Amino acid sequence: MLSTSGLSVEKLSARRRHPLAALVALLIALAASGGLYAAFAPTQRAQANPAQSLAIDQGRKLYEVGCSTCHGPSGQGSHLGPSLVGVGAAAVDFQVGTGRMPAQQPGAQVPKKKPVYSQPQIDQLAAYVASLGPGPGIPNPSQYAPGDVAAGGQLFRTNCAQCHNFAGAGGALSQGKFAPELRGVTPKHIYEAMLTGPQNMPSFPDTTMPEAQKRDLIAFVTHTTNPATNPSYGGLSLGSLGPVPEGLFGWIFGLGVLIAASIWIAARTAKARK
Amino acid sequence: MSTHSSAEGASADRNRQPNPGERIADWADGRLGIYSLAKSNLRKIFPDHWSFMLGEICLYTFVIIILTGVYLTLFFTPSMNEVVYHGTYTPLNNIRMSEAYKTTLDISFDVRAGLLMRQVHHWAAIVFVAAMFVHMMRVLFTGAFRKPREVNWLFGFLLLFLGQFDGFMGYSLPDDLLSGTGIRFLEGAVLSVPIVGSYLTMFAYGGQFPGTVIIPRLFTVHILLIPGIMAGLVVAHLILVFYHKHTQFAGPGRTEKNVIGMPLMPVYMAKAGGFFFVVFGALALISAIAQVNPIWAYGPYRSDQVTTDAQPDWYMGFSEGLIRIMPGWEIHFLGHTLELGVFIPLVVFILVLVAIAVYPFVESWVTADKREHHLLDRPRNAPVRTALATAWLALYLILLLGGGNDLVATHFQLSINAITWIVRIGFFVLPVIVFVATKRICLGLQRRDRDKVLHGRETGVIKRLPHGEFIEVHERLPQERIYELTAHDQLQPLELPPAEDRTGIPRKVPFSEKLRAKLSSVYFGEHSQVPKPTAEELEESTSQHH
Repeated sequence: MLSTSGLSVEKLSARRRHPLAALVALLIALAASGGLYAAFAPTQRAQANPAQSLAIDQGRKLYEVGCSTCHGPSGQGSHLGPSLVGVGAAAVDFQVGTGRMPAQQPGAQVPKKKPVYSQPQIDQLAAYVASLGPGPGIPNPSQYAPGDVAAGGQLFRTNCAQCHNFAGAGGALSQGKFAPELRGVTPKHIYEAMLTGPQNMPSFPDTTMPEAQKRDLIAFVTHTTNPATNPSYGGLSLGSLGPVPEGLFGWIFGLGVLIAASIWIAARTAKARK
Repeated sequence: MSTHSSAEGASADRNRQPNPGERIADWADGRLGIYSLAKSNLRKIFPDHWSFMLGEICLYTFVIIILTGVYLTLFFTPSMNEVVYHGTYTPLNNIRMSEAYKTTLDISFDVRAGLLMRQVHHWAAIVFVAAMFVHMMRVLFTGAFRKPREVNWLFGFLLLFLGQFDGFMGYSLPDDLLSGTGIRFLEGAVLSVPIVGSYLTMFAYGGQFPGTVIIPRLFTVHILLIPGIMAGLVVAHLILVFYHKHTQFAGPGRTEKNVIGMPLMPVYMAKAGGFFFVVFGALALISAIAQVNPIWAYGPYRSDQVTTDAQPDWYMGFSEGLIRIMPGWEIHFLGHTLELGVFIPLVVFILVLVAIAVYPFVESWVTADKREHHLLDRPRNAPVRTALATAWLALYLILLLGGGNDLVATHFQLSINAITWIVRIGFFVLPVIVFVATKRICLGLQRRDRDKVLHGRETGVIKRLPHGEFIEVHERLPQERIYELTAHDQLQPLELPPAEDRTGIPRKVPFSEKLRAKLSSVYFGEHSQVPKPTAEELEESTSQHH
């Protein structure tokens, strides 16, 4: 071994001055780095997933019927609706899953209504729109599992209450736009809304609001808007809309009742015979 | 011992022992003089009208507010020291908050009857100010503020003014997100005052907002200073009502010199006593039915947080409207900023209130009427006053609408911008329209009264005459009703003296006199009142109708 190695060392030492030695060394280095890269780099699964391409195909068909009028034949957008390239599956799942899309009519803001598509159809649409360009995907249940209510309350009052109101009852925005009420919104849709920022809502990507905070917020919203977990202490909540309905209630049922009582008392005066 | 024996001797004359009640009354009379007080006041006569009970609602809600407020002070700590909450209301566990907020949570969830007391206190405050407002409108529309009651009008106005501010301070105490926003608003308003604004806020807040002193300070003012002044004003108000005697509407036998009604003892004692319990009962009922100011839902105040629907209670709503409709104008001058977007609303807020406070003095100057008035006007018989008051109300109401523009927008699916513009335009235009319309309605009602007096009431009975003509049968009003419709007096406009005096020298008339004559003709000119039927016209109409 020693002698052979000595020989080979001699040979190598002789051949390293060969005119092609630099080329060979370069080739070896390239092959090594390429091989290492191929060994350690994440494998991009390039092979076709037959189920996924079927969903995309089905989604495109649904898209062409229900969405292309406003969003354009290939999702590029038009003067009626924005481009869907890169909005991701989460945006589709939220907008179509809450019935906002397809929109009934153009306006300041598209309100939620009964969903038009079934969940499998929504998934197909989402697959098609996701194929147009990379964007946020539909979250899995562990991502929107409720977190801590109290911490969520602090986050909600800092980030959400200025539009959605302290109890998630919703509020007005400019020019007929509005922040919708949050009662009955599913945790998945709350998560998707924060992730994608639908319509007039700003988006809260994981870089500004990490997943744990999103889960706290979801816990607060579902806790607060559910009468089973958050009963209206002290009587009717009057819509949880602050002092304006309280003032109306006080005038009508407080002072109104007392004025009715005073009319009643004054009408039943002691009868003095004239 | 000597007094005792002399009392015994006196009772021995009457041949019986005085009962304990009499003895206590005698004892009190000897020291307080209650017999003469009672003699002159117990049989005091008060007239009957439902609107005369509005003041009672104010008085009773005031008493209820004080009773419930005392209970709340037993458990409330007015401190801005930070604590971490570990209490009954778990959604706020481990949250930092002030002691004021924590103790309010404790009152709401741990103190026996605490939440009910809080809600009675708050609902009573809302109804208290509303009742004062309606009471003041009753006095305004019926002319009850005229001589000799101008001072009492001012007392009443001060009660409303102080009531509004005490209410504001009251709902600022819990240090929840809503009340903190209100205190922040107050800071902004004071800051906008030129030159002294920044000094005043530093003085009031003990440094930069929010500081640690504002809630203890507001507490002292809310529970001691203002209620003390208000209690004094209430007593003065009531003493003057007794002293002036109550006003009454015109009617048979009712004159400027008498009061027709029922005596305080026993009729009004029973009625008023009973009505107190009606008021207390109604307030307890709505407090048990409906939530008010759910501070646990707002969360503790932090100056980096805010919620929508952060309006003040209704009585401060018109100031909210002013600030919401005002464009954000600013003037920068030599490194200073004049914040007109806040300062102008602040000034208008004060002017709106002052306008109503000084109205009695304006009217008495215009009319130059120095007589005492104990008979009330029907609002239609003072068209210009009624129209002015209604225009003021319209201004107030459209500002309230502006203060709730976001809720109007969401509930009627309108654009908040459109509502803001409607309120901006309405602020200037609506009072004018309402003035003209109200005055015309009043004049129409005066014509109607005149017709009713002269031609009687329409019976709805159609009669066909022999020659084929159809007529509606009119029925004469009863004499008392005719009296009621014609009892008011109609002033004539003031006239300036002739332009030249007897010697032909031009008379110098001061500008104020000219202005007064002009305003007087606006109030009482031929376009501002329909002459009421004279006795001769009535006589003539009676003879025509057999």
